[in-house]
Amino acid sequence: MLFLPELTLLGVGLVFFFLSLGEPSRAKVKYFAVTLSALVVLVTLICIKSEGELFYQAYRIDFFSQLFKFFIALATFIVLVFSDQLVSVKEKVQAEYYLFLFTAVLGLMMLVSSVELLAIFVSLELSSFAVYIMVPMRNSVNNGGRQVEAGVKYLLFGVMATGFMLFGMSYLFGLTGSTQLFVIADKLNLTYAQPAAVVAIVLVLVGFFYKLALFPLHFWVPDVYEGAANETTAFIAAVPKLAAVALLIRVVTLINAEAEVIVNILVVCSLLSMFYGNLSALVQKDAKRLLGFSGIAHAGFILVGLLTLESTGYATAMYYIIGYVFMNLACFLVICTVSEKGRNVAIEDFTGLHKRAPLLAITLTVGLFALAGIPPFVGFSGKFLLLLGAFKQGHVLLVVLAALNTAIAIYYYLSIVRVTFCTDSENRGTIVSSRKSNILSILLIVIIIVMGVIPSKFIELTTTAVQAVM
Amino acid sequence: MDQLLINSGFPILSVLIFLPLAGALLLVFVKSEQLCRYLTLVVTSFVALLSLRLITGFDITTAKFQFVEQHSWIDAFNINYIIGVDGISILLILLTTLIMPLCVLASWSYIKTRVQTFMACLLIMETAMIGVFVALDLVLFYVLWEAMLIPMYLLIGIWGGPRKIYASIKFFLYTLAGSILLLVGIIWLYVTNNYSFFIPDMMWQNYPVTSQIYLFLAFFLAFAIKVPMFPFHTWLPAAHVEAPTAGSVILASILLKMGTYGFLRFALPITPEATIILMPYVLWLSIAGIIYGGFTALAQSDMKKLIAYSSVGHMGFVTLGIFVLNIKGIEGAILQMVNHGITTGALFLCVGMIYERTHSRELRSATGVGKYMPIYITFLAFFSLSSFGFPGTNSFVGEFMIIAGAFEFDTVLNRFPYLALASIPGAVLAAAYMLRMLQKIIWGGTNNPDQSWITDINSREIAVLAPFLFFVLWIGLGPQPFIDLMHASVSQLLQQFDDHKAQSIAAAGSLFQ
Repeated sequence: MLFLPELTLLGVGLVFFFLSLGEPSRAKVKYFAVTLSALVVLVTLICIKSEGELFYQAYRIDFFSQLFKFFIALATFIVLVFSDQLVSVKEKVQAEYYLFLFTAVLGLMMLVSSVELLAIFVSLELSSFAVYIMVPMRNSVNNGGRQVEAGVKYLLFGVMATGFMLFGMSYLFGLTGSTQLFVIADKLNLTYAQPAAVVAIVLVLVGFFYKLALFPLHFWVPDVYEGAANETTAFIAAVPKLAAVALLIRVVTLINAEAEVIVNILVVCSLLSMFYGNLSALVQKDAKRLLGFSGIAHAGFILVGLLTLESTGYATAMYYIIGYVFMNLACFLVICTVSEKGRNVAIEDFTGLHKRAPLLAITLTVGLFALAGIPPFVGFSGKFLLLLGAFKQGHVLLVVLAALNTAIAIYYYLSIVRVTFCTDSENRGTIVSSRKSNILSILLIVIIIVMGVIPSKFIELTTTAVQAVM
Repeated sequence: MDQLLINSGFPILSVLIFLPLAGALLLVFVKSEQLCRYLTLVVTSFVALLSLRLITGFDITTAKFQFVEQHSWIDAFNINYIIGVDGISILLILLTTLIMPLCVLASWSYIKTRVQTFMACLLIMETAMIGVFVALDLVLFYVLWEAMLIPMYLLIGIWGGPRKIYASIKFFLYTLAGSILLLVGIIWLYVTNNYSFFIPDMMWQNYPVTSQIYLFLAFFLAFAIKVPMFPFHTWLPAAHVEAPTAGSVILASILLKMGTYGFLRFALPITPEATIILMPYVLWLSIAGIIYGGFTALAQSDMKKLIAYSSVGHMGFVTLGIFVLNIKGIEGAILQMVNHGITTGALFLCVGMIYERTHSRELRSATGVGKYMPIYITFLAFFSLSSFGFPGTNSFVGEFMIIAGAFEFDTVLNRFPYLALASIPGAVLAAAYMLRMLQKIIWGGTNNPDQSWITDINSREIAVLAPFLFFVLWIGLGPQPFIDLMHASVSQLLQQFDDHKAQSIAAAGSLFQ
């Protein structure tokens, strides 16, 4: 029962393995994928209250991990619903694509439950490698083979980051003689004066910085976002980030308040991430690339919550990443639907969208304004609460600069809204979106607004979750 | 909490806030364009009628917040939904609710495309605007203050003129960039004030003077951009010129008032010492705005631009009145906020009516219509006279009080009345540019374009303008009831201000010499 979500995913993976042996039609594979991912959501929801430990205390099931599992499953489900027929992935490898997708989800779910260094490493690699393979599966007709470049870049950077992480883990083991996070936490308190401890923690963080696309581990983002199929990008932009934040929270709890050096490093990373992401996004023409850079900036914002080193900060960071996933998915839903035959979408392609597909235009606008942090959407309340927490801890300069970043960011979000709403359609055809994606659009808009207007329920939820880790 | 009078009866303010929002949601399901118009008109009119109950229930003898409603919103951070009205905000709320139905009527035939979205934007604007004036929790205030940008951006960006893209983005960026530091200031106040966002709790605290100055500057940037004060005004002409008529009216009549309202509600009571120290600079910026606005307006050939620059001048009078910090000045300033809302709103409507006929905002293509549009120019004449403060109209009362306040300010400092005299050219310039416009529109010259085809305003347009004229004359001839509404709150504000004044008057004096 404790391992049920993971077992379900394993089963789902097997289904696709068998499907890949034959030559199933697109529609059939698609149908299986959506139904089974709905099943996974259901299972994670049922298991949300379960608690326990498995595998010699290497694997912890608590409300924290279960909540993350639920949102991972939900985000995957949303991506699968709006990735219509998956035209941008080669026909022959449809079933394999889903096999890897669900394996990646399995890896991520295991990751959020892992509390032991080796378990963390194994699940991280399981999820990463599956995604590395998904990237080059794009249909090469669509963009002249760039997906292979993207895949290789993703792989090489990923392997490098993992290398750093392993090195850091070896230091942790050397310092404390244990691979259990809870044991490490206790023993590390005594040794914080040593630079080795600082180096160890920072190196371990590097692995998750990579997943979260945080400066200076962000280099893969623009090319992978652009090179991968739209649906794959949507997945990469949302789901692994959830797990990355979960693990960052677990690792950051190892730090105690004396470790000022680490906090300073985090402050610097967070600021550079915001400035780099926002300033680079200003000049982008490709919608996915732009969202990639905006994702780097948002990763910096999430770090603002983590570096407060207190539970409210973690809870708001968790609230923010969940909100971020929904806003991001709202934008990707529109990108995937607007895209013709799975091609990349330039910002110009949104021209006259308000006429060609009013609902999509509204969804995109809500998503973008939410990302920009304009009330009453979740992006505002998230940013506001994060800044509040950081200010309480005395990071005044960080708060001021982060606030300035919001002002920079608004420009590029607004320029998309402008194209969407303030231009005529210039004979571009109307876009027919399926009934499913219409329902999903409305649902996402409602979630983004509700999370923004009444955040207290969600904060309560994440606070309870975080207390399980502390 | 002793500043509050809790309202246990009918939650009138919440209804005023949420009714337009509900109307906007309802519009989603309306297919017919005509029905959209009628529905919006009904909703805004109902809100306007309902808001009149605020007057009948308002107790003018107390400075406390009235009709207060209080609910908890985000417990974890002690953020509450607290709303209330006092003498400073009540007139602005009424201004908002009464102008909205007229905006709907004014857009009746002007807006032909995407009527549903347009009306929804208007209704969402109304929710946010009323909310900003009644919010007593800083987070609630900030949320609504920012949320307003989206519908206003769309109003300019979709239904605007040829340079709508430039204007709308400039408007959005300018206003947002200004209020970002306000957010940091809000967070500072929260942490300093024992984790509370309740606005009255933050007033009249003895914050260190340096912090106050930083805080004042954060407030100042946000509010001065919104007003807009002299060096921060460049977004205003662009936005005004490109916005559709209803957008211009909302901008001029209500949005600009939020800046000056912010000064009164936040800057003065929260940072009194900083206000006294920085007051001279703000006063001279106001003077600069008055004169700059006047001269620039004089040089415009585009009618909307002319009125936009005149707004810069008129709002300069308002900030002047606020920062002379005496009862005449502040009461005059609040009255002038309302006056400017009425007069300038009406003038924008007048320009909009000409534009609907000639499709040009150029003064020269509208010359000499007086012969063919007698009703129209009667209205226009009254509003123009009001705009430059002709005795008997509303602006005369407001500007008179403000200038009297400025004289008193100089007298208190025991010096030659520099400040008051410096503002006089502004009043003269206003007469010059308004009369120039009026002369051209009514008579023009020998080479007027052929205007014989033009039709006079119809009964709908008369219905739009008549209420404005009514208030122009009412406030002009009998302003006492309006001043009574605000008197208690303003005198309490100054009373409490005086307690803080003694400490730093020396500093201000030394800056003045």
